[in-house]
Amino acid sequence: MKNPLVVSGLVLSLVLAGGVSYYASSQPDGLEKVAGDIGFLDSAKESAVEDGPLAGYGVAGVENERISGGLAGVIGVASTAAVSFGLFYALRRFKKDQL
Amino acid sequence: MHIPDGFIDIPTSATFAAVAAVGVAASLKGAARSLDEKTAPLAGLTATFIFAVQMLNFPVAAGTSGHLIGGALAAILVGPYVATLSLTVVLLLQALLFADGGLTALGLSVFNMSLLGVWVGYGAFLLARKVLPKNKVSITAGAFFAGLVSVPVAALGFVLQYAIGANATFSLTTVFTAMFGTHVLIGIGEGIITGLSVSAVMASRPDLVFGYRGIKKNLEIREVHK
Repeated sequence: MKNPLVVSGLVLSLVLAGGVSYYASSQPDGLEKVAGDIGFLDSAKESAVEDGPLAGYGVAGVENERISGGLAGVIGVASTAAVSFGLFYALRRFKKDQL
Repeated sequence: MHIPDGFIDIPTSATFAAVAAVGVAASLKGAARSLDEKTAPLAGLTATFIFAVQMLNFPVAAGTSGHLIGGALAAILVGPYVATLSLTVVLLLQALLFADGGLTALGLSVFNMSLLGVWVGYGAFLLARKVLPKNKVSITAGAFFAGLVSVPVAALGFVLQYAIGANATFSLTTVFTAMFGTHVLIGIGEGIITGLSVSAVMASRPDLVFGYRGIKKNLEIREVHK
């Protein structure tokens, strides 16, 4: 991976998810706000993984909000990178095998 | 716009999950044809970057926030097939790891963002590219337009799902008006982030930008004829 764009993009992603995300707005997003205003927000059910160790973008057991959220962001970036690079390299190889 | 479990009934969710699965399967095929040594790393980066930026909610109006969806952005950078897969990977991990968006509602969200957001965003970009002069500035302008359009369209996907299978009984017009209005505002933020991100890649590696490829070829041909 000698592509400087990819390296700097991944570093930027880590900084955004691991650090900058602490300053993100915590207001409800568009759908949640609309659902609350109109009145169907209470039809939402808890996700089956609501009690998971990373649920709600925090690491269970880590008290400090900045560290908990930042760590969750870093884990998310690493997981997304692992799955997506894995998938796209596998698809590329798949194509090669077909030729 | 990650839909929690419970908003939409199970039969409707299952139907949209089936449609989403067909779309993702077609995208696996399409992506396998378009990925190579040069584009595979950018595709991975695009998915990862979208995950990161989706964490950055920005304020839009009183008491409301929005965040990037990234469908138009991914489509312009890596093409619509790979973009559909990128968004699906992000939505899947968000639902599984972070409980962001319900598990039974995953198909609904994939339909709205990975399919509608990506493909309508890409269509809007192609339209802008056709109308605007053939240069790099137009790519950024087209990216802004595509981002702007993609968000309210994805929101309309939810309105459709609400119309078919909502567990609540509030009037469809009310839901339509509120969803559309709010998401036009969020779309402005989406357009700005999409334009900035595309122009950043254009500045360093324009050769990798999927949405710039056809145009670049035209410019080269023109140069040869001079």
